[in-house]
Amino acid sequence: MGKALKCDLCENQATVHLTQILNNKVHKVDLCESCAQEKGVTDPNGFSLADLLAGSMSEEIETNSNDTICPICGYTRKDFRKTGRLGCPECYEHFGQTVRSLLDNMHKGTRHCGKIPTHVQEHLSYREEVSRLEEELQKAVEAERYEEAAEFRDQIEEVRKSRDKAEKDGR
Amino acid sequence: MIIKPLLKAKAELTHGNVSKCPVVLSTRIRLARNLAGHSFPAWARPEQRREILSGCFELAGDVTSLKRGLRFDIGELSDLEKKILYERHLISRELMSSREGAGAIISRDQSCVVMVNEEDHLRIQVLRSGFHFRRVWRTIDRIDTGIEAKLPYAFSRELGYLTACPTNLGTGMRASAMMHLPGLVIANQMEKVIRAVNQLGIAVRGLFGEGSDASGSIFQISNQTTLGESEQQIIKRLSSVLESIIEQEENARQKLFESERIKLQDKIARAYGILSNSHLISSSEAMNLLSLVRLGLDREIFSEEYRANLDRLLIECQPGHIQYSAKHLAESEERDVLRSAYLRTEFEKIPEPDFGKIKRKRTSKD
Repeated sequence: MGKALKCDLCENQATVHLTQILNNKVHKVDLCESCAQEKGVTDPNGFSLADLLAGSMSEEIETNSNDTICPICGYTRKDFRKTGRLGCPECYEHFGQTVRSLLDNMHKGTRHCGKIPTHVQEHLSYREEVSRLEEELQKAVEAERYEEAAEFRDQIEEVRKSRDKAEKDGR
Repeated sequence: MIIKPLLKAKAELTHGNVSKCPVVLSTRIRLARNLAGHSFPAWARPEQRREILSGCFELAGDVTSLKRGLRFDIGELSDLEKKILYERHLISRELMSSREGAGAIISRDQSCVVMVNEEDHLRIQVLRSGFHFRRVWRTIDRIDTGIEAKLPYAFSRELGYLTACPTNLGTGMRASAMMHLPGLVIANQMEKVIRAVNQLGIAVRGLFGEGSDASGSIFQISNQTTLGESEQQIIKRLSSVLESIIEQEENARQKLFESERIKLQDKIARAYGILSNSHLISSSEAMNLLSLVRLGLDREIFSEEYRANLDRLLIECQPGHIQYSAKHLAESEERDVLRSAYLRTEFEKIPEPDFGKIKRKRTSKD
């Protein structure tokens, strides 16, 4: 999920992430634990993101700070529990555990073994190739076979370059 | 009427008569696909839905099988048009009742449909008459790959194709066969079969899917699970279940024709009699009687050349199709009058049942 976000109000690490949709606009805020407490985020009835951000909205929309919200689309885990559906593909990242706990009873297995889209396939084989070469490089270095290691290093460089070029041409 | 060209065209389901199979009416595969980085249709805002719809129409419509297809926004269609498409299994109930910003592309021969903004951004469907999973999979795989090259799908290495509902994760594939099982229904064995099949992760539904009844002894049988197996494995598993159902159906018919031959002949002859002479017939009665005539045809009581007529009538006797032929808003009773009139003319073409062949067949076997 990338690097940790900083609190919008102070320099601490943000642990509370909220999204609200008001008048068709998405408002997002990331807060640390203490700022969230201070601003009343934990009180589901008394908090509005827009209030916090603009300080001028009178509308109150119910949010539950214990609820997980997908930062991409604003769908909540509560919504998922209610409808059985997700809001967007990214929700699978954010409510992953909730969904995964259901899969065992729902399907034959929990890992995809079918068709893979071509662009993912290409990306995969690139990564496999690079990690194979990196392993070889490591082995060569450990065995102090520096000439071989240099060769592997060049090969990795080449694979990377050719992929960058392919990506540029593809766009 | 927007869908007029479709009704006039020779469709796979109504005219596809290449390699008919007595028990399996048609084979269908659908794939659920979504575009990366967009909210699923039910959660997307109206302008996002419209954007996805026009994008999909432009890019997915460019794929060979769909290039000359009919595309429409669901809002452009009248209720009757939606009903007709639904009766032909070209659109789903969910798309029928959809808000704005949803639509479909239907190929000329109606064997391929892409629904846009149904439960998922894309629902790709390929249908063939008869029992042809491998062929249908090859076709849909090609179309899917063609669309994927233009529209990047939401995909995860672990969970496969990401879908609005977790029940479709993985392959996003539902493979199904429409089966005509009058033998098992008459012999009261259908419940037993459904229970057994359910335990194998295979679902049995009525003609129109979830919650519909099985008028005409027609059942839709499909895989329930989509994750943890490859498409080929699912198809193989489903096919082997279907083959054993076909065998059970054939055994049931064989037994019935041995032990209750006269009763069954009577049923079939009466069905033919009513269909060629009635003046008031409901769609479910028509379906059940057509089903009996079709059973008779499988026993060579009617000539094989009329199989396509029967399969077409099974579709054309449904309320929306009859309503369409009425050219004005007909009440249910008026539809029953129209339906019977239509059936009478159609049955004039089909010669009376010939039970001699059954006997000859029996003696030649002995």
